[in-house]
Amino acid sequence: MATFGWPEMLFIFRSAGWTLLLTLVAFSIGGVVGAALAIMRLSPSRVLRAIASTYILVIQSIPVLMVLFMSYYGLSLFGIGLPPFLAASASLAIYASAYLAEIWRGSIESVPFQQWEASSSLALTRPQQYRYIILPQAVRISLPPTVGFLVQLVKNTSIVSVVGFVELSRAGTLVSNATFLPFQVFSLVAAIYFTICFPLSRLSRHLEKVMNAGRPH
Amino acid sequence: MPAVLIENVHKSFGAVEVLKGVSLSVESGQVVAIIGRSGSGKSTLLRCVNGLEACQSGRIEVAGHVLDQDQKKLRELRKDVGIVFQSYNLFPHLTAGENIMLAPRLAKGLGGPELRRMAEEVLAKVGLSEKFDAYPDNLSGGQQQRVAIARSLAMQPKVMLFDEVTSALDPELTGEVLVVMEDLAKAGMTMLLVTHEMNFARNVADVTVFMHQGRIWESGPSADLFAAPKTPELQAFLSAGVH
Amino acid sequence: MKFTLNFDPIWPEIDAILEGILLTIGLSAGAIILGSMLAVLLVALKSLAGRWVGLLVDAYVELMRNTPFLIQLFMIFFGLPLLGIRMSGTQAGLLAMTMNLGAYAAEIIRAGVESTHRSQLEAGVSLALTRLQVFRYVVLKPALAKVWPALTSQFVLMMLASSICSFISVAELSGVAAIIESRTFRSFEIYIIVTLTYLVMALALKSFLLALGKRLFPNLSGVARINARGSAV
Repeated sequence: MATFGWPEMLFIFRSAGWTLLLTLVAFSIGGVVGAALAIMRLSPSRVLRAIASTYILVIQSIPVLMVLFMSYYGLSLFGIGLPPFLAASASLAIYASAYLAEIWRGSIESVPFQQWEASSSLALTRPQQYRYIILPQAVRISLPPTVGFLVQLVKNTSIVSVVGFVELSRAGTLVSNATFLPFQVFSLVAAIYFTICFPLSRLSRHLEKVMNAGRPH
Repeated sequence: MPAVLIENVHKSFGAVEVLKGVSLSVESGQVVAIIGRSGSGKSTLLRCVNGLEACQSGRIEVAGHVLDQDQKKLRELRKDVGIVFQSYNLFPHLTAGENIMLAPRLAKGLGGPELRRMAEEVLAKVGLSEKFDAYPDNLSGGQQQRVAIARSLAMQPKVMLFDEVTSALDPELTGEVLVVMEDLAKAGMTMLLVTHEMNFARNVADVTVFMHQGRIWESGPSADLFAAPKTPELQAFLSAGVH
Repeated sequence: MKFTLNFDPIWPEIDAILEGILLTIGLSAGAIILGSMLAVLLVALKSLAGRWVGLLVDAYVELMRNTPFLIQLFMIFFGLPLLGIRMSGTQAGLLAMTMNLGAYAAEIIRAGVESTHRSQLEAGVSLALTRLQVFRYVVLKPALAKVWPALTSQFVLMMLASSICSFISVAELSGVAAIIESRTFRSFEIYIIVTLTYLVMALALKSFLLALGKRLFPNLSGVARINARGSAV
């Protein structure tokens, strides 16, 4: 039976780096897809709107775990043996894209309608309207919920341990199985998650307060 | 022993002193109207009487209770002192009947058919018998205010406070509320009211008190006060016509 | 490229899937009911009890919101037995879900409670009600009505997150899927079926809860909704 000493702790700390990397990759890819989906949701084309809203509805109505299994086993069905890191990032990106799309759609929609009218009166094209008028305002509005979602994403990376990828939770499980000290090991793991998530939660709330204070009534 | 006794009450919000030593007494069965400009401290004075605002110094005694910020004593006082607000403040999730029965049930432990009969009785007093099961949202402002009066009456208070109860109402709806209040006055209820309705003060109140800059500037029997205001401030207030 | 879907080996497992569905429903229903009760208790403590109790409630809520559900589940399932508290996987799952949902729902309900207009509180205390009575009979119901849509989303998310209980071998829908997978080796097929089942359950739960909200708060359908921060576990 192994002891719960420095090497084990170091192993856990190092795996937290994978959790962060996973979050970063999933957020970047999910962000790009999510932005596209948000714009599709608001596009004048009914087909694009329907595709985007169906995708969002489905992803938000199934467990992240199922997104993970579906991408993992689905791709292996095509003979593509995905390395666990890729399968994990891909499924978390899919998950993130749906939630980010909804957050950002809401942010874009909360830019006052008159801004669209005013900018189209100035003969701006739709992409120009987005680029110069709407998005700069929407990004500000979207910051608090986006940071808040980042917390959810960090926490949800924990489930990818199931496809064999060793991030923070999986490292905890391995050390716990080896040392039979689940309480101590998972306390450390929880503390590390908390150290990552709590500042983000506070930041999200802070941004929200700042924004509410600046909002004209 | 007066029903309401206010002695040298001082009250400040931060650096602003809104009540600068107010003394007033209301005899049992008397109706006293407080008039004055907004910001004169009249609503604050009324809210001090049932402890919604705490005054910094002075002494208030209502219906035999000495005002004390201790929660238990405050509750005992409030069982005997009803208040009706400008914005009615009915509970939106309860019907008119439930609004009325809530406090007698929770604060006085009443229940059963008697409670319901009593609620129907007070609702009849304000002329809304048929609205027992209506939700506030489905009542007009005047009806909501009458239910609010009935809700206070259901506690069988010894003193009733009215805080500008017609100010939020459309002009055509104030009449029905004033009629209910006049009936109460005739029935011998002790009433202390803050109002902008000069006719009501003149005709119904035994005594009218004019507040100005946190003080009682002038007071007397309503008929005299309105007929012959002594201070230039009250003269100006009454002749302005808009309150 | 080989691309073959074969659902045949899965049909004999329908009974197991149904049992998994039932356990998912049971866990979710239990967590929603118990978690809501815990949430209301936390909010009541926060708004009525003293400062120190309020800080404890805050600490609990922050702790639950800023650590993964999976780790909470592990702490309860693997950690509590060391303190002499033994429980089955299902019990541990229900406890973890209740504690997690309690924290999230408390945060949502608190937003509703804090939006209560001061005049409602004044009317309550002026009628000689105690602060607890004001909370219970004046504040709570309109507050719940205001945040019901946000609560609904949170309840659905909790139902979806119940799948994580399969990590400690609870035989709810995902757990059953893993068992069938190991028996039939038709991984993708079984996960298609289970994913669709979750989809239907999530949509059904959502419409059920919204209909329930209309029944619970019939005359409050018009109250301003609060978009409290609902989020994944």
